[in-house]
Amino acid sequence: MLETEIKGGKVESLQSIARELRLDILEMTTKAASGHPSSSFSSVEIVTALFFGGILQYKEQNPWWPGRDRFIMSKGHAAPLLYAALARAGYFDREMLWTLRQIDSPVQGHPVQGLLPGVEATTGSLGQGLSLGIGHLLGGRLSGLDFRAYVLLGDGECEAGQVWEAAMAAAHFKIDKLIAILDYNKYQETGPISREMALEPLVDKWQAFGWVVREVDGHDIGAILDALYELQGVENRPSILIAHTIKGKGVSFVEEDFTYHGRPILGELAEKAREEIRCS
Amino acid sequence: MQLGEKAGLKPSKPMRDVFGDALLAVATENPKVVVLDGDLGNSTKAERVRQTFPERFFNIGIAESNLVGIGAGLAGAGFIPWITSFSSFLLCNAYDQIRLSIALGNVNAKILGSHGGITLGKDGPTQMGIEDLALMGGLPTMIILVPSDPASMHAAVKAATDHVGPVFLRSSRVPMPHIYPEDNCPFEIGKANVIREGTDLTIIACGLMVSSSLDAAADLAAAGIEARVVDLHTIRPLDEASIIAAAKETGAIVVAEEHLLQGGVGSNVARIGAANYPVPMRFVGLSDVYVESADPADLLRKYHLTSDDIAAAAREVINAK
Repeated sequence: MLETEIKGGKVESLQSIARELRLDILEMTTKAASGHPSSSFSSVEIVTALFFGGILQYKEQNPWWPGRDRFIMSKGHAAPLLYAALARAGYFDREMLWTLRQIDSPVQGHPVQGLLPGVEATTGSLGQGLSLGIGHLLGGRLSGLDFRAYVLLGDGECEAGQVWEAAMAAAHFKIDKLIAILDYNKYQETGPISREMALEPLVDKWQAFGWVVREVDGHDIGAILDALYELQGVENRPSILIAHTIKGKGVSFVEEDFTYHGRPILGELAEKAREEIRCS
Repeated sequence: MQLGEKAGLKPSKPMRDVFGDALLAVATENPKVVVLDGDLGNSTKAERVRQTFPERFFNIGIAESNLVGIGAGLAGAGFIPWITSFSSFLLCNAYDQIRLSIALGNVNAKILGSHGGITLGKDGPTQMGIEDLALMGGLPTMIILVPSDPASMHAAVKAATDHVGPVFLRSSRVPMPHIYPEDNCPFEIGKANVIREGTDLTIIACGLMVSSSLDAAADLAAAGIEARVVDLHTIRPLDEASIIAAAKETGAIVVAEEHLLQGGVGSNVARIGAANYPVPMRFVGLSDVYVESADPADLLRKYHLTSDDIAAAAREVINAK
């Protein structure tokens, strides 16, 4: 079979996984009647590529295997997506998903380390994930393990100073096993990023901190995979994939409506959303 | 009059130097120990490890949030990080990172808050950690240790390293005289040490105030008052049995700390006493105040943290019995 056909088939099946993850996110947050579906939707193709596109090396039956690649969901409010991906990867029973935000459940509103297999980090106060990734990789270097760390950043959290402290340190320590992926959906909680706290010129900023930067359409799984394969080959420098995305992607009436940040999709709208995702 | 002189205690070198020795000892013994510095290793003495094991020492620079995050990540990779800086900068800059990346997930990281209290002296209030125990008190999983002499510093650093889970340890710039034999310090996390027996009252203290309390007890003894002195080296978990026993057996308690009274050790001791066996109590510490740059001895005198202040509180609490 020609390579393009293999890739075409792979991308198609990944798109189908992405659709299922979106449906899971919708069901989880609608049932919980709270959560951040729109922030989860924008990262779905990125996380699908990482978990199911052969990028992340993991053993779901041995979740804390020391040689595992680390996936750190720095934008902790996309927890529903993390849980849906982990359940689909086989880390835990999918039925757990429907206990999101319920009493006595380990499926917390934002990820808490140690409560569920595969949840590497406690996140939700923003800006903290990149530093954790650096720590894991300095440890890997000392242990002689060559795992990578993939850190999913939100765009709004790049307003936090710690992100840039970490950016400086990763370049200083020449941590080339660190690949950050920025879900650049252009909105933060209270409005468009350009209006609330402008981040641009973002490519220049990361480059100035010593990072290799690539940009990609964050909903094109094939393009995400190609970019990640390329960044895996970078030596002596950390790298970041700036993924241009649409907040709320997949549900027309949620897309780019920042008032949906932290708001579930309820009632008849949930059925409408379900239909749209199924038909996408 | 030197600290510990009335009680006949031998002087020692500065506690930060003792910490450096103790840190090097655990790093030598355990290859999983790594040390992270916020560019103050020559002040905290964490640099002792840099000289011997440079590959296990990371200066993260003047960026405490990142310092804590990288430390937590190293714990995630199976190492035992000692995250070191001044307690003021580390805790006040990176409290949220300590809360999320370490405390909430019960991560096996150790935090050294150096230059605790006011006895760093001349560098002034910007550098002083007078709120560190209260801040760490706000993190439910955090073990809190405050050594009182060189032997207890060595024991505390070892106990913190061996304990699986988050630990905060407070160090100081100044010397604290020898209370325990150098090779034989009883130290069990959560178990306070009764270091002087007495029946008229109990003085519960931590850190520098332990030797001051022994000085005070010597003065009180000369006046016929016998004070029990408890070295409360662990602030969490609190040795409730020891506090209740002090209340029942001596009927009055003074708590002495080089820290704000608000949210400090005394307030924790009082909560246990009030709920179980209320007795008259008095509190020696800083009350809603920032202090100024000065010689440590002058500061301790001006802000009422001397053995004379402890003895005065003891007389007062006995009269309230």
